[in-house]
Amino acid sequence: MNWVTKMFSSSLGQKFIMALTGLFLCTFLVIHMIGNLQLFKSDFGLAFNTYAVFMTTFPLIKVVSYLLYASVLFHAFKGFMLIAKNRKARPVKYAVQDGAANSHWTSRNMGILGTIILLFIVVHMKNFWYEYKFGHDVGYTAYIQDIHKDTLVSQAMEPTYTQVKKIEEVNYSNESGQYHVTIVKDLYKEVAVEFKEWWLVALYVLCMFAVAFHLYHGFQSAFQTFGINHSKFNGLIKFIGIWFFSVIIPASFAAMPLFFFFK
Amino acid sequence: MEKNLNLSLKVWRQKNAKDKGQFETYKVNDISTDMSFLEMFDVLNERLIVDGKEPIAFDHDCREGICGMCSMFINGRPHGPKQGVTTCQLHMRSFNDGDTIVVEPWRASPFPVIKDLVVDRSAFDRIISAGGFISINTGNAQDANSLPIPKDDADESFAAASCIGCGACVAACKNASAMLFVSAKVSQLALLPQGQPERKQRVMEMVAQMDSEGFGSCTNTGACSAECPKEISLTHIARMNRDYISAELSSTK
Ligand code: SF4
Ligand code: FES
Repeated sequence: MNWVTKMFSSSLGQKFIMALTGLFLCTFLVIHMIGNLQLFKSDFGLAFNTYAVFMTTFPLIKVVSYLLYASVLFHAFKGFMLIAKNRKARPVKYAVQDGAANSHWTSRNMGILGTIILLFIVVHMKNFWYEYKFGHDVGYTAYIQDIHKDTLVSQAMEPTYTQVKKIEEVNYSNESGQYHVTIVKDLYKEVAVEFKEWWLVALYVLCMFAVAFHLYHGFQSAFQTFGINHSKFNGLIKFIGIWFFSVIIPASFAAMPLFFFFK
Repeated sequence: MEKNLNLSLKVWRQKNAKDKGQFETYKVNDISTDMSFLEMFDVLNERLIVDGKEPIAFDHDCREGICGMCSMFINGRPHGPKQGVTTCQLHMRSFNDGDTIVVEPWRASPFPVIKDLVVDRSAFDRIISAGGFISINTGNAQDANSLPIPKDDADESFAAASCIGCGACVAACKNASAMLFVSAKVSQLALLPQGQPERKQRVMEMVAQMDSEGFGSCTNTGACSAECPKEISLTHIARMNRDYISAELSSTK
């Protein structure tokens, strides 16, 4: 057997892949969260929509996004395979097993939490990614900025309006002033409309709990898998894992649907 | 003196490896709180023998926490409710009068049940034979000072070497993973100069053997270390992870 296949088919190698893809997905979450903070801006979605165009057209980001899709699938697939393998290692279950006495419940339920997240990703991709790329519901909006007075108005385009590029920008001036016009696919509006459904908001918020609990164990666990377990760094890893990845990130994501629901 | 205990025991009975097995309930009365858990089983077995019944088979040897034989899964935990002890070191004062105690064998496919509470842990021996040793060409005894070893490393190695191979880590782990055991056996040698020549080969071969025995893979729940009677640390697992990946990447094998 080739050494690479040997390494990655060993139990340690497979864990290594889980940790590697998992941490990669963690870094994605950071970017995704920071980018989406633009949803909170009061600019009718100009910044967010421009950002959405950038994220779906810039070549480097496109490459990374395919890597990301592959990582999600791989992490999930490997995870399921490992669960099946680990179940086989204990064919006869205990009549009584007190897991709570020796481990944190998140660490014992990574598979369930991960499955919830995977299903969430499917729903989430359908809601926004699919609609944005292939759906017909997402229309265009024109943003007219007055360059001198620094005012901004937005004007939805006709539903039948379409343009070749996702974003078109022009400058024009008339007697009343100088303007910068941006016509862009309005994903922001799609977000605002979708998050008026209470059940979708509830689903999103609940799924963020799954993310929080999955990362509570997952982030710290990845470092242990890489062999990074040292009294000098453990405090920092734990702090980031708990406060950043299982509190700040999921809370910020959960705030987005809530923001639009109550807006 | 404390009051003696009357207890119900739900014990796993299985005639042999092929038998399906089932729980049986026994009442044991007037158990002194100073008895060890195994002594309580001795009392019960005496009675079973007097009654002409088959005594309950369980493993034991040293009865002082050093041989690692006394594998019993007690009320959902290996070696019972106390931390840092084996079953032989568990005293009946850890239980209350009237308790029902469920006793099962270790459950893991690499640890098949031989009879009742006795399991076959020779999978561990095969992992050790795969690389848990150092090869020494004998000759004159070396001068003790010719191999300087930092005190911290010696201590850490000693802590790893305190693993008694009891299998509680496997028993406790939801994945029946043997990582804590194997990592202790890898670490005790990886930390010492005598272990260096075979360091890479050792970790690769022990991991390969561990996998082929059918143990599950580690998900870092930490249950092993929490239940280990010798409180072997998870840092050994981290060391093995490091050693394994670097050995795979850098060895010529
Ligand atoms: S690591 Fe601990 S629990 Fe596992 S075999 Fe060694 S002594 Fe027993
Ligand atoms: S009988 Fe030896 S450790 Fe318990």
